[in-house]
Amino acid sequence: MKAAIFIPCLTEHMYPGSGLSMVKVLRRAGVEVEYVDDQTCCGQPAFNAGYRREIIPIAERLIRLFRGKEYVIAPSGSCTAMVRVFYKELDLDGALKDDLDELCSRIFEFCEFMVDVAKVDSLGGRFPHKVTYHDSCHLSRELGVVAQPRKLISGIADIDFVEMNDSDACCGFGGMFSAKFGALSTEMVARKCANILDSGAEYVIGADAGCLMNIGGYLRKNKMTPQTMHITDLLAASLDL
Amino acid sequence: MREAVSNAAVTSKASRDEQAARIPYWDLVRRKVRSVKTDVLEHLDEYLVEFEANCQANGIKVHWARDAASAREIVGGIARDCGAKTVVKSKSLTTEEIGLNDYLAANGVDPVETDLGEYIVQLLGQIPSHLVAPALHLSRRDIGRLFADKLGEAYTEDPGELTEIARVHLREKFLTAEMGISGANFGIAGSGCICVVENECNARLTISLPKVHVAVMGIEKLIPDIAALPYFLKLLPVSATGQRASSYVNIIGGPGRDGAGEGPEEVHVVLLDNGRSKILADAQLRETLMCMRCGACLNTCPVYREIGGHAYGWVYMGPIGSALIPQYLGEKEGCCAPSLSSLCGACREICPLEINIPRHLLKLRNKVVLAKQSGLFERIGIKLWAFAAARPRLYRFVTWFPGKLQMLLPGKRAFPAPGYMGRRAIGRFDSKGFARRFRAMERNKNDG
Repeated sequence: MKAAIFIPCLTEHMYPGSGLSMVKVLRRAGVEVEYVDDQTCCGQPAFNAGYRREIIPIAERLIRLFRGKEYVIAPSGSCTAMVRVFYKELDLDGALKDDLDELCSRIFEFCEFMVDVAKVDSLGGRFPHKVTYHDSCHLSRELGVVAQPRKLISGIADIDFVEMNDSDACCGFGGMFSAKFGALSTEMVARKCANILDSGAEYVIGADAGCLMNIGGYLRKNKMTPQTMHITDLLAASLDL
Repeated sequence: MREAVSNAAVTSKASRDEQAARIPYWDLVRRKVRSVKTDVLEHLDEYLVEFEANCQANGIKVHWARDAASAREIVGGIARDCGAKTVVKSKSLTTEEIGLNDYLAANGVDPVETDLGEYIVQLLGQIPSHLVAPALHLSRRDIGRLFADKLGEAYTEDPGELTEIARVHLREKFLTAEMGISGANFGIAGSGCICVVENECNARLTISLPKVHVAVMGIEKLIPDIAALPYFLKLLPVSATGQRASSYVNIIGGPGRDGAGEGPEEVHVVLLDNGRSKILADAQLRETLMCMRCGACLNTCPVYREIGGHAYGWVYMGPIGSALIPQYLGEKEGCCAPSLSSLCGACREICPLEINIPRHLLKLRNKVVLAKQSGLFERIGIKLWAFAAARPRLYRFVTWFPGKLQMLLPGKRAFPAPGYMGRRAIGRFDSKGFARRFRAMERNKNDG
């Protein structure tokens, strides 16, 4: 199985470790990993702010970049949803519309790829800690990926996985939303962090860097003990990769 | 206020979830209702003509109002013709939409809200803060103080006593009002009648006691026939308040008959357009016309429960409000409403009709941008960013700077970002970035 990795801008610039973890874990699962140079962004921040015409060149570039790849995997529900669900809202060049349809059938978020495509829900790792899981909005509601991350977490030996209350409540990131409505976003993340604390978990696992940055920022600012961890980093750590 | 809103929203959602879980065929009913509404909207012109004909056959007078001003004049005209000095009203956000109360008051008619929440909000001179529970943002202490001040009653916080106070004041109005005004939850095209659903019996009194009744109804509220009604009646109360059924279901099929001594002598329906046909013309956005005003989206929305209804600035609020405001009020006045959302999708999940609110908000945000109503700095910033993001070498060059600039910040600080400052930090730029680290990893792998 051969896959091209799609590296979100937050991963490229702020959390490259999660991207490297994903590569290592995919290789351990027997996937041949290819990294296509010159990736920039899927265009979601601008799209969400209402700009469509402006991101057409970005979208068309991305579609061309991943043409002909057997699979495309992203460590992010938001970016995967942007391509699979929202790119079709754009007024793309006619020829590329077919390429987009084709890409939509081959592009996956990391957890759904591991469980649904690679059919791997346990790699035999070990992580003797208490963890909880945050369902990011695009991942759970646009892509319907809810069971797969849980399977991957539960497949780790000695892990104590507890569900928090309202695991699927929005953490308040929403991209530009957190900058436009800072006070409101803070109240939302405060609720999320209260639920994390209530769960007693040492780590909150997530599949989207934006959510984890937002949650982690609040936890640290308020000197709360739990730490955030991307699911790719969790799997890599459990395997000592 | 925030605690009141949050507690009420969370409790309502929990009740709704509990009741919906008890109905094993919930999704089937949802799908049925959605297909009925899709059909109605696709053939709205035919259904409206059918509705008018059947209403008239029942002795109901039908009026067509193109916009708010026209609707106000029609209702004002009916009030004048019957010499109304006092009008009792049951809860109707449609009448709030057209600003009816202020118009009536300016023309010598006293409009009295009889829904308890609306009555309270009217006394305060506010607009409702929730689609279903207008006074949700107030505590019983607020209401106790209000009744003591405005009605001259002894202060009490007890909900039962407060309700009794309102009941006594309102009863006098019911008995003396010359005209009643209601909204309509559903207009039944095949039977020529109107359905009004409620819990307090104030609508029943509003409809049946005064001599003249006027129902103001948005044209999108039609359903084809009475056989469809039970499906809607199943979804609406459960979604709105977690009740298995509303306490009262009123069906107005015409004026009182055969000297039975019950019911108004005259019944009018005012069909309101006020921008609805324009929304209907958009194949995507017409879905927002399916809304049955249950308020479930408000109760589940993580934004609504933090900011309350008044923050939206109009009579329709919460997720569906964010989608309706720019469509009714235009992209200029309604420029901010679609942005008041993190696009989490909880509203779509709970909506009985599965209205894809996030998708509509995205389209409306685009309309705001196209109408040049987004901020200038934002427009310039995004265009510059988009220019760079389509050109990888330029992009790499531009994104190289933040990582270097960051080194100037003391300690391990991250950039001060708008919205984040003082509350939490954004992430730190990595000094190398993924691409370079990956290539280094590959080199080591190959060498090692």
